[in-house]
Amino acid sequence: MAIIKKLKAVEINQNHLLGIQDLSFSEVNQILDEAKTFIELNKSTSKKLDLLRGKTQINLFFEPSTRTQSSFELAGKRLGADVMSMNIVNSAIKKGETLIDTAMTLNAMHPDIIVIRHQDSGAPNLLSQKVNCAVINAGDGRREHPTQALLDALTIINRRGKVQGLRIAICGDILHSRVARSNIYLMNMLGAEVNVVAPKTLLPHSIERLGVKVFNDMKKGLDGCDIVMMLRLQNERMQGSFLPSPREYYEYFGLTPDKLAAAKKDALIMHPGPMNRGVEIDTILADDINRSVIREQVELGVAVRMACLKIFCKKK
Amino acid sequence: MNEQYLINAQIIDPKNQIDELGGVIIDQNGKIKAVGKDVSNENLPKDAKKTNLKKMILIPGLIDMRVFVGEPGYEYKENFRTLSDAALAGGVTSVVSMPNTVPVIDNVSMVDFLKRRGRDKSRINIFPSASLSKNIEGKQMTEFGLLKKKGITAFTDGVKTIQDPQLMSRIMNYASQSQSLIVQHAEDNILSKGGLINDGEISTRLGLQGIPALAEKIIVERDLAFLEEYMCRYHISQISSEKTISVIRKAKKEGKIFTAGVSINNLSLNENDIGDFKTFLKLSPPLRTEKDRLSLVQAVNDGTIDVIVSDHKPQDEESKRLTFAQAATGAIGVETLLPLALELFHNKSIRINQLIASMTSNPARILKINKGSLDIGYDADLCILDINKPWVVKKSELKSKSKNTPIENRKLQGQVVMTFVNGEVAFNRN
Repeated sequence: MAIIKKLKAVEINQNHLLGIQDLSFSEVNQILDEAKTFIELNKSTSKKLDLLRGKTQINLFFEPSTRTQSSFELAGKRLGADVMSMNIVNSAIKKGETLIDTAMTLNAMHPDIIVIRHQDSGAPNLLSQKVNCAVINAGDGRREHPTQALLDALTIINRRGKVQGLRIAICGDILHSRVARSNIYLMNMLGAEVNVVAPKTLLPHSIERLGVKVFNDMKKGLDGCDIVMMLRLQNERMQGSFLPSPREYYEYFGLTPDKLAAAKKDALIMHPGPMNRGVEIDTILADDINRSVIREQVELGVAVRMACLKIFCKKK
Repeated sequence: MNEQYLINAQIIDPKNQIDELGGVIIDQNGKIKAVGKDVSNENLPKDAKKTNLKKMILIPGLIDMRVFVGEPGYEYKENFRTLSDAALAGGVTSVVSMPNTVPVIDNVSMVDFLKRRGRDKSRINIFPSASLSKNIEGKQMTEFGLLKKKGITAFTDGVKTIQDPQLMSRIMNYASQSQSLIVQHAEDNILSKGGLINDGEISTRLGLQGIPALAEKIIVERDLAFLEEYMCRYHISQISSEKTISVIRKAKKEGKIFTAGVSINNLSLNENDIGDFKTFLKLSPPLRTEKDRLSLVQAVNDGTIDVIVSDHKPQDEESKRLTFAQAATGAIGVETLLPLALELFHNKSIRINQLIASMTSNPARILKINKGSLDIGYDADLCILDINKPWVVKKSELKSKSKNTPIENRKLQGQVVMTFVNGEVAFNRN
């Protein structure tokens, strides 16, 4: 306990949450510790706090999103912030306004925090250079999705006590996945051993340089794993043909009871959602309450985002 | 114009193998009358007005084979006057302008326009190139014969590659009869589709789609196969990777006759310089690994690569202040070409003779123009250089209309002091 108190004393040096790559070990722990304090609150009947009363949070989502956007919206509201979600479809951006012009317009309204999701990698970085408030990355292109990785870590800690020493397999469309990248950085930082499992065409160049073991055979990749993280096949990001068919993909890289048997007996199944049932994951496994923690991920996502909003809102 | 006497300079002229302390006499018509160690204070009339260059370096004016002007269509990015000012401040006296304008330089009427504008607005020599295909669409070849007759020195689609193998084979076959110079920007646009930077660890970390080095190699290999059948004048605009160098080295060894260039950016920077999504370093071909860069340097040194270009591509601020995916490609460089190249001399990577030749006599030989050397009777296009002068690149001080330099705040050693065009002082720093 003394150690945790010490960690809490560490200040977060970043003004923005742009990616796991920018965070230190102690900063990650501070966010996770803060998030733990919100878990019970979120289960209670009275969920509202006034920590961010008078603060303005703008959600700027350039890509469609259900769970991340609603999770951030709920997190802000539970902390008492005024939350505005921009509807990009009807906004000036569709009329050709650049990201920087949009940022300047929003900046003039004096928000305290902007949560951004954008299809281009690096868009939150660009935004953060141009506004006076804190920026939280809710997913940029294929680069990072830091709050997803943090909520995955919290879920693992909640079930297994710690991440250190675990063997974690990240499986599927690594090439197009920001979730995979953020999780590789975070799980490595927290002391896990990370395997990535994917067909060769869905692996980015030099992925092993990020500190992972690469497998093209799913059973070998899952061997002895404590955690199996499945990724969605991101068909909307694919230009041209990467795979012969969903059927063949399921045969070799879909999570089935047979392949899962290679992992530890009590291995947990995770998925950032939305799932393609019958493509990357067997429906029975997805709903198996003893193995799948997919719903818990969503639940803890709110707590993690509350922690991030609280910490970064105060920064500027 | 009176006869002029430049004395006491360290003259380097790779073509005529001159590397000695001496002078240059410029005649009344702005031509070179004499050059070398015999042009000295003692050998010249006592009362003649002489310019003492105090042992500074004197080289032929540079030829930059890859420059985007902006006229017509993009005058807000660069015009002939601003390009000329930038070039002269960098010792560049001749440029090959790219045809990627609006409208495209693909017919003879455009050539007249360019020549007139170039003559009226700039003080440097403009050698316009025309496109290989009509409107740079990669479908129909342009009028090589007529365009060449009008004074076009080279044909290229500039930022684009002739993708269709059938068209490329016919272009090379047809162009061989008019002895037209074909310049290919080598990048397979299907392999590189959606790509933003070099395919590698950096692209994985930044989450940006990669451009594989194979996209370049595969086009070079294809074109060299055509070259075996159709002997035309063929030049690869800029190469960026070690993979391509080995193809070129092998082909040259086998006796194939062709030439290749490299951008100063690929010789002086690598993919790590992109840092936190710096859009000024979004280039085509992309910056690659340090290993690739070292191979390119070696290839210039051993003559595998013939030419160094600036790949001067002005972009206004608006087209760079965007996300990396949306930002325009290219960087300015004509003014800093020589000083940046000198870095490779100062750090002992490339011999001075080889370095100067790759920006003077080699491009002149490829383009078949009477420039790039100090032959008697040639136009006196000269560059006077203080080779050790330290300075810092500041975009506010650069003369180009656009300020997208990839080397802001870089400390360089060596600066152009004076530039002569046709025997006249067109630039004087002091």
